[in-house]
Amino acid sequence: MAKQPVPLTASLIGLGLVLLTLGTALVVMVNGNGLLLIGADLAALRFTLLQAALSAVLSVTLAIPVARALARRKFRGRGLLVTLLGAPFLLPVIVAVLGLLAVFGRAGWVNQMLALSGLPPVSIYGLQGVVLAHVFLNLPLATRMILQGWQGIPAERLRLAAALDLPPAAQFRHLEWPMLRAILPGAAITVFTICLTSFAVALTLGGGPAATTIELAIYQALRFDFDLGHAGSLAAVQFATCAVAAFVAWRLAPSFGFGAGLDRGYRLAPGGWRRGADALAITLAALFLLVPLAAIALRGLAGLDGLPASIWPAAGRSLLVAVPSAVLATAGALMLALAVARGGQRWLDLAALLPLATSGLVLGTGLFLLVQPVVQVSHVALPVTLLVNAALALPFVYRLILPEAQALHRDYDRLASALHLTGATRTMLVTLPRLARPLGFGAGVAAALSLGDLGVIALFAGEAQVTLPLAIHRLMGAYQMEAAAGAALLLVVMGFALFALFDLGGRRAATR
Amino acid sequence: MKKHLLAAGLATIAIPAIADTPVLTVLTYDSFASEWGPGPAIEAAFEKTCACDLQFVAAGDGAALLARVLLEGATSDTDIVLGLDTNLTGAATDSGLFAPHGQTPALSLPVAYDNPLFLPFDWGWFAFVYDNTKLATPPTSFAELAASDLKIVIQDPRSSTPGLGLVMWVKAAHGVGAAKIWADLADNIVTVTPGWSEAYGLFLEGEADMVLSYTTSPAYHIGAEEDATKSAAAFSEGHGMQIEVAGKLVSSDHPALADAFLAFLTGAEAQAIIPETNWMYPAVTPTEGLPASFSTLITPEKSLLIPEADVPAIRDSTVTEWQNSLSR
Repeated sequence: MAKQPVPLTASLIGLGLVLLTLGTALVVMVNGNGLLLIGADLAALRFTLLQAALSAVLSVTLAIPVARALARRKFRGRGLLVTLLGAPFLLPVIVAVLGLLAVFGRAGWVNQMLALSGLPPVSIYGLQGVVLAHVFLNLPLATRMILQGWQGIPAERLRLAAALDLPPAAQFRHLEWPMLRAILPGAAITVFTICLTSFAVALTLGGGPAATTIELAIYQALRFDFDLGHAGSLAAVQFATCAVAAFVAWRLAPSFGFGAGLDRGYRLAPGGWRRGADALAITLAALFLLVPLAAIALRGLAGLDGLPASIWPAAGRSLLVAVPSAVLATAGALMLALAVARGGQRWLDLAALLPLATSGLVLGTGLFLLVQPVVQVSHVALPVTLLVNAALALPFVYRLILPEAQALHRDYDRLASALHLTGATRTMLVTLPRLARPLGFGAGVAAALSLGDLGVIALFAGEAQVTLPLAIHRLMGAYQMEAAAGAALLLVVMGFALFALFDLGGRRAATR
Repeated sequence: MKKHLLAAGLATIAIPAIADTPVLTVLTYDSFASEWGPGPAIEAAFEKTCACDLQFVAAGDGAALLARVLLEGATSDTDIVLGLDTNLTGAATDSGLFAPHGQTPALSLPVAYDNPLFLPFDWGWFAFVYDNTKLATPPTSFAELAASDLKIVIQDPRSSTPGLGLVMWVKAAHGVGAAKIWADLADNIVTVTPGWSEAYGLFLEGEADMVLSYTTSPAYHIGAEEDATKSAAAFSEGHGMQIEVAGKLVSSDHPALADAFLAFLTGAEAQAIIPETNWMYPAVTPTEGLPASFSTLITPEKSLLIPEADVPAIRDSTVTEWQNSLSR
């Protein structure tokens, strides 16, 4: 069958993303005095690239043994653990930072234990802290992306390998390495781009002004210098970096395929020391990710009592934004992924990555400049937030769906076409069931991200549009740190519940 | 809430229907407008007198306010901007967006302040706050702090108004010696946070011995939590000041109402609300005096403030000096 043209909807979604990201940056730039960069930006760019690259490489490298162990082993609570491991990724930044500090900070548990054993304390502040926090936040995402790669290897191939009595090294060479080569660049570039726009983590854990990122320079340009040209230019630097990284990833990732399988469950579960190694990988990852979460829960429990009544409407508003924006993000990502899998143009792939490299502040300012002459901004705060959150979450969903959409196209397109399965029938019988797992996970991530996002609402919100993250921010600004911790726990629990609901739904609906 | 969502969805259609009472829009920072800040009480009190609807619109911190007003330009719906400080008034004056306030209250500031465009409503001294059960003898100067092993958290002057206030405080106190103070302080600084709340949160978590805040911060713990363990360290070179001001926009549709609000803001009723909601000193001390929670606070001997007209010229170089001294 000949290459199909890219469907109009996918092109429109791609175009919408480009306008929302590059377009708003351009609006900001032309409202100022055009392109402008200064010497200090170079130092900021250097630190930004360094921490993002280190964070990406480390997150992905550490995720490999964890994903492999999770793919190979079956144990009680595995499903729950896989879901729980997704939680750090969903934390609002300041909550994650405080959780990490409770464990690794100057007065944290690690240093308390070191002091008891008479050892010198370790400092989290500096590049090591920035990378640690980024790995904490992104290891779960990388693990899930790679885990899906492992689960995508058809059981027939694994059985064949077992029947041929292939030694582990040969199994790795013929089955796992080709899969990893195809998956890793995409996972790495996703983490890299997320870390590219890091601001609060980098600054708070960076230990001083040497840890200046591009995003901080944007903040300064917009807030203190009111230099729109400079801010827009810095946003352009972020986009350019993201584009370069995307091209490198495309060059590195070959297309591959194992062919279709019959969806029979089968695990390669080698015994001996490998069993122990897998158990160790899972235990270490679980400790690293869950202990700070426990700290957050402990801090939050004390504050639950002191929650103000206004927290509940704020939580309701957050839900009202999060669920539709997750649905929107997932539908958009699915259409883009299907179009790209069908051999659609590369620009769509890049368009789906752009929101990751977007500075929330620049995007919000650009939209503000566009909206404000037309209507009073507080009247459109929630719709704008919903739309922006959907766009910002789309890349995550897209990245999770794409590999499976490609496999789906490779393995089932000819069969489905031969059977004249088209339109809604094909969607219901083939596409949705085969993609249920990444769709559920992606929608869960999108919902939780949207719930925890503060970026754009802060610029638009009036008195009646306060969302839960904004309420936490305001509690902290009013000395109410304990209540803020309680509200943060509420946010985490809500985000996690939403995420688990979508994720489990997807895994239930999956045909394998 | 549902109604607001609907209104949001329908954008402009639903709003003009109730436009009989004039709406006075006051743009302010988050913590002023929040339910724990002075906003709600001041709104209720003013609406009793004005036959109007006073609406607070919150936008981040002081710097965000100015950015927002500059973004809105002459088409702004805002009538009054409340919460700029003297490090921002220079740039605000240059924008040409602010109109004279015409008020002449008898201010009780420790320094003379008279600006035809900006009216002070509260003020405070910056200070390093510490836990007095853990630290018996706090440092009494920047030099002593720098020589000690004490760990501090500060805010970034590039993203936070108190952070900028600290840099200006060191500059006002030490002039050309500021770079050396910062270089000496480098090993005391645990980290630099984007804003006040992150820094104060880290301090309360025990990540640092001291945090940059205000001399009035202990009053919060005393007044709201009956906790007397927090104190502010008095520095012999004097303390940097923050004067918070309000201004009326030239583009205001309700100039008379705006004037009435500014007069109310420096009046006895509003000034009595401010100390224990904004945790700052009122610009006009109420006749009944300050609340009891303020009675044990330190009173710096010297108040330092770089004249607001000088700020635009030295701000960039002072922040760069801070950055270079700490990055080394």
